[in-house]
Amino acid sequence: MSDTRASDFSNVETTVLGADEIILNMGPQHPSTHGVLRVKLKLDGEKVVGSECIIGYLHRGVEKIAEHRSYQQFAPYVDRMDYVAAVSNGLGYCEAVEKLMGVEAPPRARVIRTILTELQRIASHLLWLGTHALDIGALTPVFYCFREREEILKIFEKYCGARLTTHAFRIGGLQYEAYDGMEQDVRRFCDDLATKIDEYEQLLTQNRIWVGRTKGVGILTAEDAIAIGATGPVIRASGVKWDIRKAMPYAAYDQYQFEIPTGQNGDTYDRYLVRIEEMRQSRRICLQAIENIPAGPIMARIGKVLKPPPGEVYHSIEAPKGELGYYIVSDGTVQPYRVRIRPPSFINLQAFDRMVRGHLVADVVAIIGTLDIVLGEVDR
Amino acid sequence: MANDPEEKQPPVPPAAEKPAAKTPSAAPPAQTGGGARPQAVAPTSSPGAGAPKPPAPPKEAPPKPEPLDNDLVKRYRKRFGDAIREATTDRKQAILLVARERLAEIAQYSREEEQFNFLTDLSAVDWPKRERRFDVVLNLYSFPKNERLRLKVHASEGEPVPSVDAVWPVADWLEREAYDMFGIVFEGHPGLRRILLPDEWQGHPLRKDYDILTQDTTWVRENLGIESGQ
Repeated sequence: MSDTRASDFSNVETTVLGADEIILNMGPQHPSTHGVLRVKLKLDGEKVVGSECIIGYLHRGVEKIAEHRSYQQFAPYVDRMDYVAAVSNGLGYCEAVEKLMGVEAPPRARVIRTILTELQRIASHLLWLGTHALDIGALTPVFYCFREREEILKIFEKYCGARLTTHAFRIGGLQYEAYDGMEQDVRRFCDDLATKIDEYEQLLTQNRIWVGRTKGVGILTAEDAIAIGATGPVIRASGVKWDIRKAMPYAAYDQYQFEIPTGQNGDTYDRYLVRIEEMRQSRRICLQAIENIPAGPIMARIGKVLKPPPGEVYHSIEAPKGELGYYIVSDGTVQPYRVRIRPPSFINLQAFDRMVRGHLVADVVAIIGTLDIVLGEVDR
Repeated sequence: MANDPEEKQPPVPPAAEKPAAKTPSAAPPAQTGGGARPQAVAPTSSPGAGAPKPPAPPKEAPPKPEPLDNDLVKRYRKRFGDAIREATTDRKQAILLVARERLAEIAQYSREEEQFNFLTDLSAVDWPKRERRFDVVLNLYSFPKNERLRLKVHASEGEPVPSVDAVWPVADWLEREAYDMFGIVFEGHPGLRRILLPDEWQGHPLRKDYDILTQDTTWVRENLGIESGQ
């Protein structure tokens, strides 16, 4: 294991190169790195024999900022980590603080949260699918994916006024009641989505070029995935049937039926299939949830000034990219003493080196895409 | 920290259990929603929009850390004796404070014998007024048992913490981040260097004595030759 770690050629100047080996720099301004990821590749001809990810270009010190804000003031900041799945970030943070305070959001709020979070998962996966296919050379899906994603963003906009960095939830519940017609909007979207997903699959699943570019590329075994801390679709595609929504249910997930899709080979193609199936399952959850939104208040009775009792809590949710955890330490004041964010992208990206070795340069693009990283979250 | 309240020196005096316990009611948390819970109601009817009825507050006393002594802790104690300094539970989450020198060994045991095969997260907390200022915090998860456990060690500045990289390879970047942000040295780590910040960065930002403006003003002064004005 230790011979395949990224740290073994930390410095180009001191790296010993073989006769045919070169170092190739990729990024941070490269269209397929999805942000400001920089990768140093050690190549033997076209073959990758080593790699190192250089990150931190988007570091904003979110954890430090948290220590200088009140609990409520920090909530909008978490939206800026994984900015294509802001709703999920907000859910994790709000639930973590609620747990720290020992309160619970009312059932109605929990169900509405679940619906919005699942829509966000679909939106995140759609964005991933479109750009991933674009990276590999399939130009069509991105237009279809953005078409559907737009509908989700419209629902968010109607609900809270924002499309991307939504700040949709509040500590203790929700700020806004579901808007008039939200139920119909979600149902209409979900009804349409089923055939739309089939459309994407028609474009890609049996497509010879797609299969050729993704099958057997970037294999991550289940053992490696656990060792390297991978979560979310990445670990599920490697065959580990694990989803926090099932393992440790939060929000209202214990009330709904859904499957956890898994893969067998842990390659890029399996991760594609897992995410496609996850969209179907998210749609299923939305449809179940929209059927039965309990009545009642949307906000728990908490004070305007939040002072959680001293202590600490770790709470994690299944974000679209994997396990998003918040470890919050309170000292009894209005500001968190420490907020540690466990970002799924950051840890999934660690698997990159293992996945990329032995492949061609062109596959690097596919492997970055399949990890579904968001640099705002990697760097925080 | 929860584990040693007598050493804790929060910047503001802790105004204990007031806010969460403000609303008096004995009803358990499940009984929210005025009894109309399972009934389907269109969201358009906005039942709680105008004046939201307070749901029953979910607990009588605020959550606080308590000593823990279950089978798991007994097994750890039996195996490692005094190296398990404290066992507590906070918000129903188990926490073990262990001896710094034996962390690698305890980590190995946790993975092999107790089936905590997944290191979810590794991070640190700074308590500058304490004798040993850093808490290194490891959040473990067990796939077979579906259980979490938190390991903690105390370390003072410059005291090396054994690296758990050999036990859980995921610790590679996590320990680099803790080094980057706190300056904690992990002994045995294969390539401990900064990860998020540039190599030439001065100081470790998540330490409590690191002022958020310091770096900025210095950088502006040195590189632009003006006062930053912040």
